Amino acid sequence: MNYELVIGLETHVELDTNSKIFCSCGGHSSPKEANDCVCPACSGMPGMLPVMNKRVVELAVTAGLMLNCEISRYTTFDKKNYYYPDLPCAYQITQLNHPICTNGLVSLKTSGGARDIRIKQIHMEEDAGKLVHGGKYSYVDFNRTSVPLIEIVTQPDFRSAEEVVTYLNKLKSMFRSGGISECEEGAMRCDVNISVRPEGSEKFGVRTEIKNMSSFEAIEKAIRYEAQRHIDAIEFETEELVQETRRFDDASGKTFAMRNKETEADYRYFPDANLMPIVIDDEWLEEIKANKPEAVDEKAEDYRLAGISDKEIDMLISNHKISKLLDDVVEKGARAKDAAAWILTDCAGILRKDGKSLNDLTITAEKLYAIIKMVDSGDINRNAGKKILIAVVENDVDPAEFCKENGLDKKFDSSQIETVIEKVIAENTQAVTDYKNGKVKALQALFGACMKELKGAGDPAVIKSLLEAKL
Amino acid sequence: MKYYNVKTDGGNIAVDDTILVKDIEALAGSKILEGFVPLFSAEAVTRLEEKGYKISGKTHVGEFGLDLLGEFSYYAEKETDLKGAAAELVKSGEVKAALGVDLNGATRRAAAVSNVSFLKPTYGTVSRYGVISCAASGEQIGVYADGAKAIKEIMETIAGHDDKDGTSLKNDSYDYSIGDVSGKKVAIIKELLSAADEKTQEKIKAFADNLKKNGVTVEEISFDVFDVVNTAWQILMTAETCNNVSRYDGVKFGYRAKEYKNIDELYVNSRTEGFNFLTKAVILYGSDVLSKGRYEDCYDKSLKVRRVIKEKFDELMNSYDAILTPVCSKASYESYEISDAFAKVFEESKFTALANLIGIPALSTCGVQLMGKHFSEATLLSLAYSAEKEGK
Repeated sequence: MNYELVIGLETHVELDTNSKIFCSCGGHSSPKEANDCVCPACSGMPGMLPVMNKRVVELAVTAGLMLNCEISRYTTFDKKNYYYPDLPCAYQITQLNHPICTNGLVSLKTSGGARDIRIKQIHMEEDAGKLVHGGKYSYVDFNRTSVPLIEIVTQPDFRSAEEVVTYLNKLKSMFRSGGISECEEGAMRCDVNISVRPEGSEKFGVRTEIKNMSSFEAIEKAIRYEAQRHIDAIEFETEELVQETRRFDDASGKTFAMRNKETEADYRYFPDANLMPIVIDDEWLEEIKANKPEAVDEKAEDYRLAGISDKEIDMLISNHKISKLLDDVVEKGARAKDAAAWILTDCAGILRKDGKSLNDLTITAEKLYAIIKMVDSGDINRNAGKKILIAVVENDVDPAEFCKENGLDKKFDSSQIETVIEKVIAENTQAVTDYKNGKVKALQALFGACMKELKGAGDPAVIKSLLEAKL
Repeated sequence: MKYYNVKTDGGNIAVDDTILVKDIEALAGSKILEGFVPLFSAEAVTRLEEKGYKISGKTHVGEFGLDLLGEFSYYAEKETDLKGAAAELVKSGEVKAALGVDLNGATRRAAAVSNVSFLKPTYGTVSRYGVISCAASGEQIGVYADGAKAIKEIMETIAGHDDKDGTSLKNDSYDYSIGDVSGKKVAIIKELLSAADEKTQEKIKAFADNLKKNGVTVEEISFDVFDVVNTAWQILMTAETCNNVSRYDGVKFGYRAKEYKNIDELYVNSRTEGFNFLTKAVILYGSDVLSKGRYEDCYDKSLKVRRVIKEKFDELMNSYDAILTPVCSKASYESYEISDAFAKVFEESKFTALANLIGIPALSTCGVQLMGKHFSEATLLSLAYSAEKEGK
């Protein structure tokens, strides 16, 4: 008999906010040492009250808009009670009754064709801390406590592990380009609900839930293992399937039972009286919509049409900051393809030399466009433009002033250039001889010397042709 | 009688031990918090200090403020007769006023027994930042003082919006002015009057007479909601308390049991040794009303009662400026065992629960209680002031 897999996902994503969800401690990326990023509020001390971080609401709504959800205009928080040493208050603040987003839809392109996955809801919640086990003792690190999360809950619409991974990759690239989350290692965690049923059957099989996996590879492996376990149980009666929570062991590639329905905790959810209901009015929603980045697919297509290469598109789509810089420069009048080269080749190259990456790029769209404009209009050559760019990237100077101070904007007529060429030829007799003996490389050296004399200014094509003519 | 848990020199305002003062150990009357020294002061304390008041120390409270008037606490295991410490201290004249947290009427009862005043203000007018919280939806910092005028002065200092408390209302100040009361209408609630002893009834009548001398109309009416109100508040209060004290688990701060073999034993032993009988009863009750299968009938229904009662009370207040009730059933305190405490407190909070449930102001003064609609503190203080004057 053929079996159909039925999978629903709960995906937790850490939001890239500057501070935690209910206090002013730094967000998820700031702490270095254990318990570096902890205050009386996120360590559960009495007397402190949670104060909502507005940015969390905005990012959650943005995620909801990207996943085509209905945005709740009235949203509330609930407390979920359970004891664990990494949960300082012994309750987690989450959303049960009025989640921020509901009824979304994500379209996937898979090898089996287009698939629509319905999103049941997105809710906001706080993360728990971490336990570190060492020797005789266990230690608690509260850095991650109260880091904001969104949990995206799908309907049981997946039919294969491949669809699940496609979906997760799509979420990841959407959230990166949307400035919602970098989705770094461990910042995206999944609970997988899985059951199987005979093909054609409407009735769902017994469901198990595999908790807390963060690598896509592990998720795929876990689904394949668990699906086979279910099929074996039905087909060969190897075991009795029960509704339960399981964990996936990466080393053995197997899942193991954690707790079943009977021993499932009663979380005693109830409304959090410390947090007033949040009302999202038209004005706020419009503001969030206006700041929402374009949907990824749409954006990639725009870049493609503008002649940007696939490799460059990947770099842009996965980095919201950089794609925004590009969009801003293009909006000012630069050609997208040129701007992409300036950013992804030139800026990246300059930063690489200093051991930095594009994430460290601080150049403003105004300054970058000023340089591009000078080059495009023929006021300076590209080499001069690059010199200015280095100065701007490294020291944030003013492009026009730097250009003037260093004489990069000087124009030379052909007689001036010829004078320089004559001087260079006279001073580099060996190179001239080499060139005449057929060493092409020697021309480059002579050209370089000319450019040096001209301090990088002047049109390289004109200089080159004049030089060749002279020789 | 020893008033303080920790005393500082030369202060004029006492603070009960459920309110934090920076660097001073705060126990909220419970062994479970032993050794807990807060890193910051409550907003109300900071505002008083900024105005030049000085904190005289932390007064004894019943464990988490859950008992009748402060008789059952960790300190009481070492000292006897600590009940109503803040109220007694005000009465002795040693301090000008004291701050207390009104969770379930203990502060108002203590004021009545000690014959001083306590105002539980409108919910959200005084920041709860720095309160060792039990029931966020109804607890409120209030003021003990000798009479309406002294309360007014302190309220003007501590009330007003605070960004650090998400439930704090937006206004920066509120009206506590004491003025003429002639023409005001006050209703005595029959159902509560008849539930109190003779001596208390006499106090109510005397207070009503004093009001009448000031041109206030006093009528006896029926408003039979107080049993429902009390049940609803006890459900909400115990549920929220159960949740809020669950953070005291022996892991991070406060008391940790000496003996444990694993994390579960650490939790169970620390909490078994750290909480008193009454707190444990509250935790069990609160845990039960939140559990699967009980939530809809208990917790959810209580939230609905809160909404309905608020409407009903607002309607009543279209005809009256305040209601006049007893604060507790007996004019003088009678001792009892802690094993009876849960039932005893439940019984007595019938008189006080309305103010916690719907967030209205309540003033315990001259052994009686005045309650009015939201933000009617000025009216309550004016009525109290006029009656106090006559009583002297």
